[in-house]
Amino acid sequence: MRLRFRETSIIPGFRLTFGFTIFYLSLIVLIPIIGLYIKTFELEWQRFVAIITGPRFLAALQLSFGASLVAAMFNVVIGVMIAWVLVRYRFFARRLLDAIVDLPFALPTAVAGIALTALYVPEGWFGRLFSPFGITIAYTPVGIWIALVFIGLPFVVRTVQPVLEEFNREVEEAAATLGASRRTTIVRVILPPLIPAILTGFALAFARAVGEYGSVIFIAGNIPRQTEILPLLIVFRLEERDYAAAAAIAAVMLTIAFVILLLINLLQVWSYRRFGNG
Amino acid sequence: MADTAIALRSVASPVTETRRVRATLITLTIVVMVLFLIAPLIAVFAQALNLGLEPALATFNDPDAIAAIKLTLLVAAIAVPCNLVFGIAAAWCIAKYRFPGRALLVSLIDLPFSVSPVVAGLVYVLLLGPFTPIGAWFLEDFGVRIIFAVPGIILATIFVTFPFIARELIPLMQDQGTGDEEAALSLGASGWQTFFYVTLPNVKWALLYGVLLCNARAMGEFGAVAVISGKLRGETVTMPLQIEIYYQEFRALAQVSAFTLAAVLACLALVTLMIKTWLEWRYADQLAATRSGH
Repeated sequence: MRLRFRETSIIPGFRLTFGFTIFYLSLIVLIPIIGLYIKTFELEWQRFVAIITGPRFLAALQLSFGASLVAAMFNVVIGVMIAWVLVRYRFFARRLLDAIVDLPFALPTAVAGIALTALYVPEGWFGRLFSPFGITIAYTPVGIWIALVFIGLPFVVRTVQPVLEEFNREVEEAAATLGASRRTTIVRVILPPLIPAILTGFALAFARAVGEYGSVIFIAGNIPRQTEILPLLIVFRLEERDYAAAAAIAAVMLTIAFVILLLINLLQVWSYRRFGNG
Repeated sequence: MADTAIALRSVASPVTETRRVRATLITLTIVVMVLFLIAPLIAVFAQALNLGLEPALATFNDPDAIAAIKLTLLVAAIAVPCNLVFGIAAAWCIAKYRFPGRALLVSLIDLPFSVSPVVAGLVYVLLLGPFTPIGAWFLEDFGVRIIFAVPGIILATIFVTFPFIARELIPLMQDQGTGDEEAALSLGASGWQTFFYVTLPNVKWALLYGVLLCNARAMGEFGAVAVISGKLRGETVTMPLQIEIYYQEFRALAQVSAFTLAAVLACLALVTLMIKTWLEWRYADQLAATRSGH
């Protein structure tokens, strides 16, 4: 018997679709990304080290990953709450709220950016509430955090919601009949099967936040070493026509993002085995 | 019915929370969503109408704004069909056949989601910029500029919207299996007939759903396009970039124009959400069984 790449099928079009998929994927995504790494490797080692140990780069790295981590964790808390309320309770305007959850996916980032800035500048609707206490939100890391919470909000809700919807209520009833308090039931019965979905939502929100540009730059103020995010540093290097430095920063960012996604994928595989039920 | 009856009689039903906890959670959810989602949306329209309706409408007489709207439509009109064809081809080959490396292929298709838009723009600048061999070749032999011109904007938009349609179709078509196609083929239909009369009607709502999301992102993309456009007013400026340009002129009228264009894009987002919600409500069974955020 001849060994075949794919299992036999009477459906035509494998060569056409497979060929086109690989061609288009390579052309649009793979070759350009490989090109980025090649460009980075063209740098002399010392120059590369100088770029990735520069104080401005390190400050931006810390801010980008730090703010994204805090925002994604906050998204987990409010995301699980929103998913819970939307699935379990019936109240006025529930359907409307359910639809509005996806707004950050649909609203262009630049629009979100100027809208959030308008709200949180000292004379804005929300900024006004804080300015008497000497607290400014726009043009500080808190402003960046708000923008990142906005764009990451749907991820956790949309990954947790379907799992909650399919959750078997009888299991809860069983726990209750066996004498578990509601709190025990939630923590030990309902929460564990949600963990893989929560991790997925967290990873997606975090990855999106680290790379986010449009919604952040308007509210960030972009002060070097204080409110300058990594993608913005790439833009500055590009504008200075320092392509190698821009490539190096981008390659570092991309690599860290890939490693984190890989780790979270592994964690997810583990959590499916540990907590999952199918 | 049984649930409510129990809830009415006993103070603490064992399978739901107390009324106070429920009320608190619902209130908190509404507060969070109003603060983070609804307030920014209202702010866009409020800022656009800050000086009244007329200055806002005057935006649409500005040649720069008109050019930006036209370019945005052009970019979406090219990028979305490209990804549509790709999405169908990729879903067909992944869902209808079994071959090693399918999971890897799916991960690679999702790759653009984990790439920062700025990096997406940058990779094309590095590959096709005027200082690179390919860029120089296109410029000298064909007189075509790719980077800091419209072709680059289209490429960057294709990159950031790359997975949208494919990832709506793949899980659905995998779910549907190959039975319908095999039946059609055994009854004598050709490959293309099978596709147009059997497969396509089976996935049409999911396809529309994917196109909708892809289009919203294509028209609203900022980071990737900002890096690659060169920002020549009236030539390589899309709507989101024009919003930035207006916003950075600190005149009150320019601010109004910025928020007016933003309001147009916000309306597009709202229409997208409405159709999406309607599709999910009406055709839930014909969209993908499991859906996760992106």
